[in-house]
Formats: sequence, C-alpha cells, structure tokens
Amino acid sequence: MIATVTPAANALPAPRRATREGQGVRWLLTTIAVLFLLGFLVLPLIAVFVEALRAGWDTYVAAILEPDALAAIRLTLLVAAIAVPVNLVFGLCASWAIAKFDFPGKSVLITLIDLPFSVSPVISGLVWVLLFGTSGLLGPFLAPLGIKIVFAVPGIVLATIFVTFPFIARELIPLMAEQGREAEEAAVSLGASGWQTFRLVTLPNVKWGLLYGVLLCNARAMGEFGAVSVVSGHIRGLTNTMPLHIEILYNEYQSAAAFAVASLLALLGLVTLVIKTVLEWRYGAELAATRRH
Amino acid sequence: MTITVKGVAKEFGGFRAVDDLDLVIHQGELVALLGPSGSGKTTLLRIIAGLEFPDRGQVLFNGDDATARAVGERAVGFVFQHYALFRHMTVFENIAFGLRVKPRAQRPTRAAIAERVGELLRLVQLEGMAHRYPTQLSGGQRQRVALARALAIEPRVLLLDEPFGALDAQVRKDLRRWLRRLHQEMGLTSVFVTHDQEEALELADRVVVMNKGRIEQIGAPAEIYDRPANPFVYEFLGQVNRVPYRGEGNTARVLGRSFALEGAAGDGIAYVRPEEIEISREPRPDSVPALVRHVTALGPVIRIDLDLEGSDPVEVSLPPARWRDLCVAKGDAVHLRPANVRIFPAA
Repeated sequence: MIATVTPAANALPAPRRATREGQGVRWLLTTIAVLFLLGFLVLPLIAVFVEALRAGWDTYVAAILEPDALAAIRLTLLVAAIAVPVNLVFGLCASWAIAKFDFPGKSVLITLIDLPFSVSPVISGLVWVLLFGTSGLLGPFLAPLGIKIVFAVPGIVLATIFVTFPFIARELIPLMAEQGREAEEAAVSLGASGWQTFRLVTLPNVKWGLLYGVLLCNARAMGEFGAVSVVSGHIRGLTNTMPLHIEILYNEYQSAAAFAVASLLALLGLVTLVIKTVLEWRYGAELAATRRH
Repeated sequence: MTITVKGVAKEFGGFRAVDDLDLVIHQGELVALLGPSGSGKTTLLRIIAGLEFPDRGQVLFNGDDATARAVGERAVGFVFQHYALFRHMTVFENIAFGLRVKPRAQRPTRAAIAERVGELLRLVQLEGMAHRYPTQLSGGQRQRVALARALAIEPRVLLLDEPFGALDAQVRKDLRRWLRRLHQEMGLTSVFVTHDQEEALELADRVVVMNKGRIEQIGAPAEIYDRPANPFVYEFLGQVNRVPYRGEGNTARVLGRSFALEGAAGDGIAYVRPEEIEISREPRPDSVPALVRHVTALGPVIRIDLDLEGSDPVEVSLPPARWRDLCVAKGDAVHLRPANVRIFPAA
C-alpha cells in the first residue's frame, strides 16, 4: 500500500506557523546552544570530577578528611546555616512590604535590594573591613570589648548575608505582586489576625517561590568567594570557607586536593539543582495551579 | 442592621473617589450601588466593609460609630469581585476558614464546623464539592463558594463587589435569581456593586446611582427608571434617545411635538425612551416623518433604527405583535410621535 502512494499525495503541506524559521536556522541555533552548554558548563564540571579522582580514591578521601578541609566544610555549612535563615526573614519582610503596601521610598528599597547584584563582591567584602576593621568606623570601639568581626567568622557571615540577600526577595516580590492583596483581604474580613493571615494564606501561596529562593540563596552562600575572601584573613582551620580553602590548595600546587574539595562543593550545588528539578517535576501541577488565577 | 454613611470622603493620590457622601441602608434591604467605572461605588463598599478607611466622615452600624473598627471586628461578609478564594485550600477549608481562625474560646468544635460547612454547602448547592480545589470549579461555583465562605461567620451585613461581573450571561441570570431568593430567605442587609443597570434594577430593592464619587439618585428601580433625576441617570439607565432641541419661547419642539418649558427657556436636551415613541404609517398631528434604516427583530422587543431629516437617528422599540400589525421593513417611510419626553434645559 505504502509503496503505491505517489509523491504528489505525500506532499501534504505541514501545518505552518507564523514564527516558523527555515531548517538551517533552527539547526544552527540549536547547535550553538548545545555546544555552548557543553563547552562552558558540562565539560568543566566533568573536568573537576576527573581531576579530583585522578590520584585515586584514597587521596580524594584523605584530602577531604584533612583537618583544615573539614574545618572549611564546617565553616561553610555554618555560614550558610546563618545567612539563609536571616535572608529568609529579610526576603519575606521586604517582599511583603513591597508587594502588598504602598509607602514612600518603595522604589528606592527595590533598587537597594538589587545592590549586591550590581556591585563587585570585592566591594561587598571591603565595606565590612571599612566598618569593622581596626582603623574602620566602628572597629576601634569594638576592639577593646574583645569583639572581633573582620578576619573572623562574624565578618564572613556578614559578607555572605550581604551578597546573598537579593535571592529570596527577588524571587518573592514578583510572585506576591502578581497574587495581589485580595486573598489577604478576604482572610482579614473573615476575622483572621495578621499572623494567621500570613501563616495560612500568604505563606502557602508563595511557598514554591520561597523554596526556589532559599535553594539559590544557599547555593550562593556556600559558593561565595570574593566578598568572603576580603574579610576572611585566610586563617587556616579558622576563617577559611570551602572556596577559600580550594584556592589555597590550588596555589600550593596541591591540585588533587584542591579538585577533591572543589568536587564536593560542586556536588552541593548539583544537589541543589536536582532538588529544584525534582520538586518542579513532582509538584508541577500544583505549582501551575497556585501561579494561575 | 442599618448602615449609615455620613459625609464620607476618600481620596487616592489627589483623585476624589468618594466625595462627601451620605447614605442610609435599612435593615434587611438589598441595595445596589450602580455607576460607571471610577464612580466610587467599589470604594464606598470597601469603606462600609472596613477594607478602606475614609479621610473624613463616619460609618455607623445600627447607630454605633464603626469608622475606626477593623474589618474583622465589623462582622461583615465580603464577596470579592474575583472571589479571592484561597487556592491552596479545598472548598471545605475555604468555607471553614472564618470559623477556624476564631479565638480559641469562641471557636466551634471540629464537628460543629463540619456541620456548619455542610449546611452552607447545601445552601449554595455545592454538596459533594467539598474536597475540590477552587481551580477545579466553574466561575459560578467559585462565586457560590465565596458566598458560603462569607456567610460562615454569620455576618450582619453582606457586601458583594461586582458579584456577577466575571460570569457568562446564562450563569449570571441564574445566580442573580438565586441570590435574590437567598436574600429574601435570610433577610440579611445586603449591598452589592455593579455597573450593569439591568442587574441593579432586577435585583435590588433600592438603587443608588453614583457618578464621580457622588450620588446622582437613590430610589426603587421603577422610580429610577421612570423618573430619572438628571441627564446622567437618564443616559446611564436603559436605552434612551438623546434629542437636542431649540427653545421657542415657552415651548420646545421635540420630534415634531411641542412641549411646555417650565422655568428655563432656551435650548436644551430632551430624552425619549425608545418604547415611548409611537410609530405609525400615516402622518398624525404632531408627528414627524422618518425612514426605517434597520429592524432588529429578535426576542420580546423589536428595535427599529430610524433616520430623521435634520436630526440624529432615533431608536424605537415595540412589542412583536404591534410590529406585525404595522408591518414595517427597512426603507419604509413612517411617522413618529413622542408620547413622553423629559426635558433638561441647558444650564
């Protein structure tokens, strides 16, 4: 049967779309995108893991279990554990205020939230040195009290919070603005208190956006290098986070150890991405439902 | 509950949404706030609810000053224009919300809440939908969930913002009738906002016509329709022919017929409803000739568009039986005579 079909009968025109591009253009664009991803994302990532395991599994484990490395991992997790909740609270407050209320200086606040994105991380670190350093604005007052901020853990935490605070707020502001005030007004008109309204209506409506924000914020908090490098003072076992530790190892030509720790950090980032993807896939329908309307 | 609005004014960034407004809504009344968009009707409703606070003036509930009271303390049921259902909650949870957030001492037991929600679901004819999510419901069903949710807190007043605005025509009609019945059964003081004059006239005991933050006229639907207080109400309610006239001494000539001008002489505008123009084949005293341009023969009312010499086109409506007797079609020459005219001299 099929063999008897004439070419003319076969040449039914494919449904045409107004935005249809020529075959060549499509191929070209797809190829560029894929090659770019391969070259700039996948290849380097593979390289990290290959380099990390080049000297064998034992060296890899040893590099990670080495006391300074463990201290760096602990510090990184500690910093993230402080920075993420702080930014969670700040992000919720800021986006709530911006999306639900009109107040003077609102646009200034929106611009300020973007500040950490637009200034160099070096400056984000330097501001804390200028504030709390020995010759800084507040440093001389704090030093006699035995409070050390710069070149100590508090400085690293401050710098990390500064660099990562746009992530959650940026995720929530458009979401909350899109959802408007009606649901909250309905809750209040039904007699709910402010806290009940927030807990029962506002929060459930933004929970996915909030989770994205937290994941992104966490990834950046663990990976931040520039700002932390300025305030850390690079004291081994004390003020080195994972990215700083990696750099030191690399500069000392311990490339296997450097890549081992780097692979761990990359893994943490990948896990974040995987969690995000799984959640998107698992709750995609619900996500669409809450965003609609 | 009687609601008294006294000298209420509200501005939004220099725009006067509600301008020094007085209104009394009596116990058990169903009142429509009718007006074009931007007339301040929704703002007034939100001020009554406590969702908006007036810059000046007072809102009294049964004579008590409620102006400073928060919305949650006013015991009002508010139905939002787009329903504002909690989309992460089921229908049951939505309706139960107002009961569940009550302070512990006043909160009904679980069983009591379930029973109350069941009652409300029956009332709004949504039995069996308790475990659906709002996105799984049609517009009309969502509207009724919003209503049940507002009724759950046993409000003293029911306030509805454009309750049928987002529904299609058939659902809108059914729901309108249903709401009318519900209001009669419950006897709850109710106020609803609408820009649809048909809706206001059909549903309300009294209609408040608003424009630019002020009240143009308050009255029963028939009163408003038959005796509009001013040109705005005339033009806003129902179809009307707007015929400019030239004053001749103490009389005005409108569509061939002379009418006495009381008070102000001079030019002005006359309003004639399409059903108040008589149409005939033969000329009569005081009639003007006209040419049939188009006939819309659909439904219980036949509409005829006519061209007049030296005047704007006019619309006439008549019952189908009368139209069949007359037997007019496009292009026919006929004669018009206004039976009733309202004259508003130019200021």
